[in-house]
Amino acid sequence: MIFNDKAGEVGNIAEESGELDEALQDFRLSVHAWSEAALSRQRTAVAPVAQGRVWRLAVGWALGCVLVAGGASSGIWRHQQREMRNAAAHVAQQQHLQEQLVAQQRSQQARQEDEDLLTKVDSDVSREVPAAMEPLAQLMAEDETP
Amino acid sequence: MAMADEIAAEEFSTVVARHRPQIFRFLLASTRDVDLAETLTQDCFLKAHKNWSSFRGESSAITWLMRIAINLQKDHWRNRRMQFWRKTQSNAVGLDEASEWLPSGERSVEQQMLAKERVRQVSKAVESLSERQRTVFLLRYVEEAELSEIARATGLNEGTVKAHLSRAVTRVRAELGGKR
Repeated sequence: MIFNDKAGEVGNIAEESGELDEALQDFRLSVHAWSEAALSRQRTAVAPVAQGRVWRLAVGWALGCVLVAGGASSGIWRHQQREMRNAAAHVAQQQHLQEQLVAQQRSQQARQEDEDLLTKVDSDVSREVPAAMEPLAQLMAEDETP
Repeated sequence: MAMADEIAAEEFSTVVARHRPQIFRFLLASTRDVDLAETLTQDCFLKAHKNWSSFRGESSAITWLMRIAINLQKDHWRNRRMQFWRKTQSNAVGLDEASEWLPSGERSVEQQMLAKERVRQVSKAVESLSERQRTVFLLRYVEEAELSEIARATGLNEGTVKAHLSRAVTRVRAELGGKR
């Protein structure tokens, strides 16, 4: 009985050991196959970028950025200048119109003053200088007096 | 002098051609990441090339190279202790992928399924091993290295190698036994 039990135990160990060996063998085979496949796979070769080229690229990009920024700021500056010029022209036009209006008012006032003066002069002259028929009228008046 | 350099270069080329697949395989099994294994393999041969003149042939070239590879792998793990795992988890293939490469041989479909399942279980157990146990286990059961060679490559004494190997096999056996 004891012998049988021991025999069974030994049998189990042997079976277990056989299974372990088989598993380890399969593990080895799968790693070998995987490694061979990975080694023989197609690889994409990426050419290393030379240091000088990197610098050239960086400088190129920097110059490009400066040009773009310069162009943009120049455009903005021009636009601002144009806007300022337009605003100045508008203000000048307004001032000109204002001045014209003032001048017009002044000229109208001067004309009015001139007209008033002329009227006054006419009135004064008409009061001081006798009418053309006044001497005859005086004579007639003298004749009528007794 | 130039002639000696030429001979040395030629010798080194031969060493690379002969041992590159083995170094790559070991690193691939350790990291489960093809790209990382390729990078570490290149680093290994670069380092070997730099120190080729100091290789005195006391051990075989493959043992010397394997030692460099183990150190590189160790450095990699140490430098990226936490990050490495995250990266490995994302880049490393799943357990299924490794078992998919198992040659079918002359097995029936059912036997193939069983074998794949066993490989999956072994992979899982290997993944859970400590770095040192895994290295010893892979050198013994994937590279079929002798205990003395493993001891030389890892810098451990044979007794320690045996102890690590025993613990690793116990873990694998438990994984296989637990799934039945």
